[in-house]
Amino acid sequence: MSYVAFADRDHEHEHHDPDTFITKYIWSQDHKVIAIQYGLTAIFVGLIALGLSAMMRLQLGFPNDFHFINPENYYQFITMHGMIMVIYLLTALFLGGFGNYLIPLMCGSRDMVFPYMNMLSYWAYLLSVIVLVISFFVPGGSTGAGWTLYPPQAISAGTPGVDLGILLMLVSLAIFIVAFTMGGLNYVTTVLQARCKGMTLMRMPLSVWGIFIATILGLLAFPALLVSAIMMLFDKTLHTSFFMPAISSMGVDPGYTGGSPILFQHLFWFFGHPEVYIVALPAFGLVSDLLSTHARKNIFGYRMMVWAIIAIGGLSFIVWAHHMYVSGMNPYFGFFFATTTLIIAVPTAIKVYNWVLTLWEGNIHLRVPMLFAIGFIFTFIHGGLTGLFLGNVTIDLPLSDTYFVVAHFHMVMGVSPVLVVFGAIYHWWPKITGKMYNETLGKWHFWMTFLGTYAIYLPMHYLGFAGVPRRYFAMGNTDFLPASAQDLNAAITISALFVAAAQLLFFINMIWSLVKGPKSDPNPWHATTLEWQTPDHPPKHGNWGHHLPEVHRWAYDYSVPGYKDDFIPQNVPADKAPAGRDHGGAH
Amino acid sequence: MSEAILDSGATEAPGAKGLVDDWSRDKQVFGVPWGKAMMWIFLLSDTFIFSCFLVGYMSVRIATTDPWPNPSEVFGLEAFGVQVPLLLIAIMTFVLITSSGTMALAVNMGYRKDRKKTFWLMVATALLGATFVSMQAFEWSKLISEGVRPWANPFGAAQFGSSFFMITGFHGMHVTAGVIYLLIVAFRVKNGYYEKRGGNYEIVEIAGLYWHFVDLVWVFIFAFFYLW
Repeated sequence: MSYVAFADRDHEHEHHDPDTFITKYIWSQDHKVIAIQYGLTAIFVGLIALGLSAMMRLQLGFPNDFHFINPENYYQFITMHGMIMVIYLLTALFLGGFGNYLIPLMCGSRDMVFPYMNMLSYWAYLLSVIVLVISFFVPGGSTGAGWTLYPPQAISAGTPGVDLGILLMLVSLAIFIVAFTMGGLNYVTTVLQARCKGMTLMRMPLSVWGIFIATILGLLAFPALLVSAIMMLFDKTLHTSFFMPAISSMGVDPGYTGGSPILFQHLFWFFGHPEVYIVALPAFGLVSDLLSTHARKNIFGYRMMVWAIIAIGGLSFIVWAHHMYVSGMNPYFGFFFATTTLIIAVPTAIKVYNWVLTLWEGNIHLRVPMLFAIGFIFTFIHGGLTGLFLGNVTIDLPLSDTYFVVAHFHMVMGVSPVLVVFGAIYHWWPKITGKMYNETLGKWHFWMTFLGTYAIYLPMHYLGFAGVPRRYFAMGNTDFLPASAQDLNAAITISALFVAAAQLLFFINMIWSLVKGPKSDPNPWHATTLEWQTPDHPPKHGNWGHHLPEVHRWAYDYSVPGYKDDFIPQNVPADKAPAGRDHGGAH
Repeated sequence: MSEAILDSGATEAPGAKGLVDDWSRDKQVFGVPWGKAMMWIFLLSDTFIFSCFLVGYMSVRIATTDPWPNPSEVFGLEAFGVQVPLLLIAIMTFVLITSSGTMALAVNMGYRKDRKKTFWLMVATALLGATFVSMQAFEWSKLISEGVRPWANPFGAAQFGSSFFMITGFHGMHVTAGVIYLLIVAFRVKNGYYEKRGGNYEIVEIAGLYWHFVDLVWVFIFAFFYLW
């Protein structure tokens, strides 16, 4: 067996530099270019979803004023907003974007293990996005089944987009899953097999850990979505009855018999709950690195942080039915799923405490990425605490169909990951582009976004307790709600429009930076991780020039006593600097 | 063949701690090439797909209110005037299991760098796979001619036809993809493609992993669909 371990393969594995514009930027196999392609596409669809949410808020805040929004459109907006934000924006951006960019750079690899497949992953993703966008323009419009696509209503007459919209949605999801699988296999294999010399698993930056475990979750959870999408496609096109019971739809018998709608819910949430952590774990990882770097302190409890990520990942597969309490289940099942759900709070709380303790007595630099990271701790704690309410069956039942749930999941998996996305973009922007952005504009962007999202979601908790149901197009006249609930809704809408407009600052800042921004230092934050130690800035194809880096310490040697700088990069040999608190180099 | 890089001399604590220590050492986690590690991870993911299919099938079979057709009658075949239950499936299963045998031999010949034998054994595997798919096509057309459709069938619960066509179809697509994959690798073995790349025939084993997996899945489909 003429087989050489990756770390020993220095010269033989040279890459051929692509030279034409097309091979360099369009059909690129370079993980950095693919990451940027993923990122830009994801942000583009994210903007569509942001626009949709603005339309929904206009209707909710001012129910009688916008006649171009009819109930059908409203349900289509809800559906597409949810689906795009969760899957096409956050999953793609964290794993396809940050995963692609950071894994090889942070692990000291030249690229992903199979760059060609990595490229196919992006193009399949783009195809899934195109199919998704087309569904807006087909007759009947996109599907309005809600992002969970529950049957029977998803494919029954009367639901918007029941003809072509739902078909394109399911096909797009299937293509997305193929794309994700091709990328995900690459990310996992790269982390397991292609780290540079000295980069043990227990020396990896937490960013890589978060993305790595999230990708494993994706590889095991997306199959359930694929299967449910295929079965629903058959129910729709071939008239099979996997999910469709014998029902009468708008007075007509559509001819289904004996299927199980609950089966869909189980399959969907067996995907859907891990999906929450597919989005959250990368955010956990990235935010850990932001906090540590900008507080000039090692991350508190590194090993515990790693084990917490793994524990959360494992637990996320046995809690799915807490999304189905209102569907009804055996009380013992409810007990089981409530217990497992609340157990997840333990590793999650460990992480939160460790983030706070990382800040404790740190030399905190309130730069833009750090602001977003600290903002994340706030929003995540708030979203997490309401999760404790909803994890209990008896409290979930009355709250489940109210705005309390909307507030909960937007805080915990909407606002929180998005704050990390912004923080991470600001943090790695100088590495990706070689340019600096405007700090003041960035701070404005943070404060407007952070305070604005609180203005949106805090009142929603109250609305939920008051009993305002979610998913409703308009409330009409109700006896149980005070008239002031509508005033609050109007205020929420104004905040939402304000936050949406504030995102312009981000885009202005980034475009300004690309055109006129000053050149950045290769390591502007004085960070220890490998991506800041590349020979070229920004890193070129192949990342490391002629020699792969060698790692001698963990990723968090900040403010080590007795060293001239307050950081020691991972590739500084042990005899040139004190050892710090390395946990991972024992072998 | 992986002992050389496994560095088995290292002393590790027994039990879970040893496992963690081993995984977090300064090396590749698995002492195998990238492609093989990736194939294993892919197969794990694919296992979840088939598990979901089978769980979905079991679930609808339990949920449906109509009686489930008797598989030994539905899948029976008349041979020489005698009704033999599961005859075709028995032959199909035999063919597919045999193909796993020829595949295993091909892997062995690959490591011995016997390109000719590797090629022919892989072609034999692919032919057995193609035979399996053709017999499946025969089975499908027989059932269709008897009136079994994805949406209904004359024997009982509509879900019978739905799950049958969906699951065997998805498996048949895997077999077909495997046949194409095997043929591509086989012809590359023959024309010396891998000689130019360092003479490494690990790819034969990687293709074999996929093939054995497809085989194993069939065993489960066979058990849950035809024997239950």
